[in-house]
Amino acid sequence: MDRREFLKASLAATAAGVAGLGIPVAAPASETGPGALVDVNVNLGRWPLRRLRFDDTAGLAAMLRSQGVTRAWAGSFECLLHKDMAAANARLAADCRREGTGLLLPFGSVNPMLPEWEEDFRRCVEEHRMPGLRLHPNYHGYTLHDPVFTRLLGMAAKKGLVVELALIMEDERMMHPLLRVPPTDPAPLAGVVKRIPGLKLVIVNGLRTLRDKALAEVVSAGDVSVEIGMLDALNGVGDLVAALPEGRVLFGSYAPLFYFESAALKLQESPLADAQLRAVRYESAKRLLPAFA
Amino acid sequence: MKYEIWDDHTHLVEKLGATPEEQIGKILKFADRVGISRLVLFMGTFEGTYNLSPEQLRRANDLILRAIKPYPDRVFGYVYLNPKHTQASLDEMNRCIRDGPMVGVKLLVAEYCNKPTLDPIIQRAAELKAPVLQHTWIKITGNLPDESTPMQLAELAARHPQAALICAHSGGDWEMGLRAIRPHPNVYADLCGGDPTSGYTEMAVREIGAERCLYGSDIGARSFSSQLSKVLGADIPESAKRLILGENLKRLLKPILETKGVKL
Repeated sequence: MDRREFLKASLAATAAGVAGLGIPVAAPASETGPGALVDVNVNLGRWPLRRLRFDDTAGLAAMLRSQGVTRAWAGSFECLLHKDMAAANARLAADCRREGTGLLLPFGSVNPMLPEWEEDFRRCVEEHRMPGLRLHPNYHGYTLHDPVFTRLLGMAAKKGLVVELALIMEDERMMHPLLRVPPTDPAPLAGVVKRIPGLKLVIVNGLRTLRDKALAEVVSAGDVSVEIGMLDALNGVGDLVAALPEGRVLFGSYAPLFYFESAALKLQESPLADAQLRAVRYESAKRLLPAFA
Repeated sequence: MKYEIWDDHTHLVEKLGATPEEQIGKILKFADRVGISRLVLFMGTFEGTYNLSPEQLRRANDLILRAIKPYPDRVFGYVYLNPKHTQASLDEMNRCIRDGPMVGVKLLVAEYCNKPTLDPIIQRAAELKAPVLQHTWIKITGNLPDESTPMQLAELAARHPQAALICAHSGGDWEMGLRAIRPHPNVYADLCGGDPTSGYTEMAVREIGAERCLYGSDIGARSFSSQLSKVLGADIPESAKRLILGENLKRLLKPILETKGVKL
């Protein structure tokens, strides 16, 4: 496949559903071919404050497939506020399994502020066979200074899990007055990452609080990647790819809370070389989870 | 191209170049990549303050005049004003709109927009057929001093039913902002500036009608892509998307653009 064919296939898959912008309708995407697209930032379940289009698993999966997504790393909105994390994680795993095509990979959550949280960790790994975790320190009430955070990351690294660290879930300025959750402070992160060999970390919804020099420092501290769900600047993906080491920028839509088209159009807005586009779309995610490429 | 897309809210982007000419040239290349045909541009510089002096306003507007000059049929300017300097603002409207190429007014964070100091500006804008785009936000973290809300804009709209007012960002907290402007048919909802949160545009269309919604990007602070997704990804009829993406702004600006000899 030459460059022209690759770009045509990948842009078409990205923009399927982004109608009206002069881009051809997507051909069916293969999982590892140029049309592959791994979305590392989707959530199942209901957002606590609003009903969303696609907040049913079947609907979300159908939408993702229609957009050319071949694999989606799925967390659960339930894991933000539910104290029965085991039940939330079990539902997440069952929903992903029930979807049936392998599109959805469950990323359960562990709240290390809960008693005997290690059992939730064990079930995620051993019972649900989850390939990764998604952590929400600001919703669960701990900071990245907390030794339990380092311990949890260490446990995940030993099991070969990818850890997704969500720094925020919504704009702090427009939160419900009774549910104000400050962003997680990423300042300690580079130091923590350096202490955990083998850690594979993806920062989710992080590009509003972590930028420029601080971002570069965290990413260079270990195997740390970022996804583009909350990246919002003209030529944002182009600038980010240029600023970070190769293979550290992942495609994330933050669907269904965000319109999926936001992330898809970012790839169109930024003029990326075909190798860069391939890396963002699937190769960098594939490197992190080769068994689920 | 399925849609004709007009962007009602753009700024210069400093990282793209040292001059406004250089910046707008590159902005248009990115606009081409996502199919945006025409842009409204305003507010050349902050100069570190929301309360610009008359001299600072002129400097900011001069940057926009330079940027739009090479593209009279594609990039349209709004004049940036400070209602705390009412006469200077009226003079600047005459310089940039009556005697110049600009076609609208931008108000940011210099004065609460329900203050009577705005009245002469709004009246003059209506005479010139120029829409007024007022920044609004409702922050649970606390607004800036003199930062207006949609509720204050609604008060202004009630006093000036003949003026076309644009509620920038729909108040940020759009579930609140859209309610506030709903009763005022002369107020348009500018959908840009906040996150591309699902449901935003659906609520706007449901509550105030697609005819009163405008696509904007707020580039300089945001991206074309995230804000386009609010319309392209919304569960609304195709006819509504066409209105929001271009037809409404075209209709709104047509009278003043025709006086400037702009090709539509």
